[in-house]
Amino acid sequence: MAIALILVVVVVGSIMFHVLSPWWWTPIASNWGYIDDTLIITFWITGVVFTLVILFMAYCVLRFRHKEGRKAAYEPENNKLEWALTIVTGLGVAAMLAPGLIVWAQFVSVPDEATEIEVLAQQWSWNFRLPGADGKLGLSDNRLIDADNPLGVNRSDAAGQDDIIIEADDLHLPIGKPVKVLLRSADVLHDFYVPEFRAKMDMLPGMVTYFWFTPTRTGEFEILCAELCGVGHPHMRGFVVIDTEEDYQEWLQEQSTFAQLSSPTKLSAAARLEE
Amino acid sequence: MADATPQAVDNIPPAEVPEVELYHPKSWWTKYVFSQDAKVIAIQYSGTAIAIGLVALVLSWLIRLQLGFPGTFDFITPEAYYQFITMHGMIMVVYLLTALFLGGFGNYLIPLMVGARDMVFPYVNMLSFWVYLLAVLVLVASFFAPGGPTGAGWTLYPPQAITSGTPGGQQAGILLMLASLMLFIVGFTMGGLNYVVTVLQARTRGMTLMRMPLTVWGIFTATVMALLAFPALFVACVMMLFDRLLGTSFFMPALVEFGEQLEYGGGSPILFQHLFWFFGHPEVYIVALPAFGIVSDLISTHARKNIFGYRMMVWAIVGIGALSFIVWAHHMYVSGMDPYFGFFFATTTLIIAVPTAIKVYNWVLTLWRGDIHLSLPMLFAIGFIVTFVNGGLTGLFLGNVVVDVPLSDTMFVVAHFHMVMGVAPIMVIFGAIYHWYPKMTGRMLNEAMGQFHFWVTFVGAYAIFFPMHYVGLVGVPRRYHELGDATFVTDSLHSLNAFISVAALIVGFAQVVFMFNLFWSLRYGKESGGNPWRATTLEWQTPETPPIHGNFGKDLPIVYRWAYDYSVPDAPDDYLAQNDPWPQKAPASEAAS
Ligand code: HEM
Ligand SMILES: [Cu+2]
Ligand SMILES: [Cu+2]
Repeated sequence: MAIALILVVVVVGSIMFHVLSPWWWTPIASNWGYIDDTLIITFWITGVVFTLVILFMAYCVLRFRHKEGRKAAYEPENNKLEWALTIVTGLGVAAMLAPGLIVWAQFVSVPDEATEIEVLAQQWSWNFRLPGADGKLGLSDNRLIDADNPLGVNRSDAAGQDDIIIEADDLHLPIGKPVKVLLRSADVLHDFYVPEFRAKMDMLPGMVTYFWFTPTRTGEFEILCAELCGVGHPHMRGFVVIDTEEDYQEWLQEQSTFAQLSSPTKLSAAARLEE
Repeated sequence: MADATPQAVDNIPPAEVPEVELYHPKSWWTKYVFSQDAKVIAIQYSGTAIAIGLVALVLSWLIRLQLGFPGTFDFITPEAYYQFITMHGMIMVVYLLTALFLGGFGNYLIPLMVGARDMVFPYVNMLSFWVYLLAVLVLVASFFAPGGPTGAGWTLYPPQAITSGTPGGQQAGILLMLASLMLFIVGFTMGGLNYVVTVLQARTRGMTLMRMPLTVWGIFTATVMALLAFPALFVACVMMLFDRLLGTSFFMPALVEFGEQLEYGGGSPILFQHLFWFFGHPEVYIVALPAFGIVSDLISTHARKNIFGYRMMVWAIVGIGALSFIVWAHHMYVSGMDPYFGFFFATTTLIIAVPTAIKVYNWVLTLWRGDIHLSLPMLFAIGFIVTFVNGGLTGLFLGNVVVDVPLSDTMFVVAHFHMVMGVAPIMVIFGAIYHWYPKMTGRMLNEAMGQFHFWVTFVGAYAIFFPMHYVGLVGVPRRYHELGDATFVTDSLHSLNAFISVAALIVGFAQVVFMFNLFWSLRYGKESGGNPWRATTLEWQTPETPPIHGNFGKDLPIVYRWAYDYSVPDAPDDYLAQNDPWPQKAPASEAAS
């Protein structure tokens, strides 16, 4: 008896916990509302299956519990029932997979107008690079990384000279413009994860990985690392600040390009000339 | 009605192979220590696995203490935390569950259930255990090595696993871990070949493949899978050892560690992940399939009803086993592999859900119209179904590539795999121990302690892992020894974490009671007789309990029917043992024995 009761309590309790508890995902700040939708569909389908299976089991325990004189039915197989259940399950699975794959197709097709930006992770901080006036990121390589060139930008690539370098500081992005985030790592695996954007992707040394998104809400969003990268893993934090276009331009004016950072003397000379 | 229950006496081939003489132990040492009897080896395997499993259990308390009450325990440094989770995860998955299901239950049950006198290669079988024990000792040694055990996470992803930002990466920790895994695989292979050949070659007369109990089917399929999957891990271990010791670059691209260029270049960290998960995903089913098989037999026996859809159950086991080799990259959706793989792996992964669901339906339909005895094995079987259904359904979130993206590497994943491959198989292990302990010792386990153990473990484990999904949904990544500040880190989240930790400690305590029961009942348990559950399978029909070396009497049993003839209409009793020729008469020689 107790077991039938507890099965009902498990089902009811789980549903109540799901509906009433304060623990739910962060408000979304990107275009990936579709991911949330697919998640909701999955919650519904799996929730219904869970409820039905466990309640049916509770019923069986209650109804067919041993008592004097009871004899079990003898029915080794029932082809009709087995096939019916298989087909219904197949349909339920398809109802989750189909929307999932459609959204995945969007996730992997980066829009042409997306701006490419770069994130370089290292133990245990984040660096960023934005394309300069030419709209292109210059070549880079981990072997070129040194104290003066923390992102390993290739000095002989002209496209890299005007790239904006942000070392261990916040990244700003304008609202409403799609970005393709190129991900690199200097040392071990990391993962660029902003819960409000829903998207995340590992970063590996020796490879450039990517994902894309469009910010839909201004504000400061915390970057977490989601792939174990050594003892500093939980402390590897940073911020993405989503700005309005004006704020973004204003911020951009204050940043330095790779060329400026490479030749500090020239930079200060230029600054003096302007005065 | 189906032909799944051939009443067929026509299916008894004459004995083809003459019986071979078993090795007879001549001393106490060869009887109890260097024993070649599969049953003794089974107990050695189980004892070792449970002992090291207790270490993993204690580690889980330390993990939860840190997560529930961050900053309270000074000795749990970040380094220690990572060492704890790594050793906890690896021990639980490999050294406890794999060893216990295959080395423990496999050794004990296969020969008995298929009607064999022993494993076919008893000497190799014995070696298998001693190599396993060595693997465990090497693993334990890493706790005492300078720098401590590795803290690379149980997935051991390079480059991190062998670089200096990770505990044990540049010290002995990772080396001992890799060495121990390689030893484990060597030991397992010796045992595994035995299980497979014994099932294929040593079945008694009349025991056709389609009459085998599902326990044997589950362990057999899992063993075949393990023999195919472990080599991938083995080569990955060799390559990583070379990278670490000889300076090769299999997994190591050019990288800069804390401002210093390392000598490596050209390798691929993702290659390791493919090798690891080519092993790692089948590993999930290596743990799950024996549990599926065993729980089928528990449910059928204790509901006094034939397992529903036996043939479908066999094909589902085999199908799941085969499919599980083409889904591995669902662990790598956000690893940076070509994202187009996502379409393929999401599809294969969700297809596996179908045979898995069939198994669940068939368990529940076995209960339906049964004669359900709420014995301890049955309670644990019900507990298994609840946790397995729960964990299986959250697998549909993580398998469906795009839904995985926000959840991957969060506590949602931790909650999911604990439900499905932690709690669920362990429920089956407990059920199985309550079920077969009488056969192994001649005594029943104490019922009152067992009831306490079941209720606390089942309710407690659900209370630990169900809410944990929501910790992940909120956004908390896994492998964080403290949360720091983030918008989603609220006071209520901290109290939820504390609640989970308290539940974990209570569940842990219940296991102490269980351990006590194991020893207490050895002396004081109620005497069980040879077949206390009135079960059909051959291990319950042995002349002695516990069975002696050689298992059966003078003649091996002859099998006349499948393993599930419970409540057969018109039969004299509510079960017909597999070697019961009803409604025919037994041949003279049988009757005599
Ligand atoms: C009461 C029992 C258990 C508790 C309270 C527990 C708790 C935990 C927690 C909290 C973590 C995650 C730590 C983190 O990511 O920061 C963890 C990791 C893990 N656990 Fe358990 N666990 C238990 C039993 C098991 C069992 C039976 C298994 C067997 C499959 C298991 C396998 C693992 C694995 C594979 C990991 C991942 C380690 C890693 O991230 O490298 N655990 N456990
Ligand atoms: Cu990290
Ligand atoms: Cu998997």
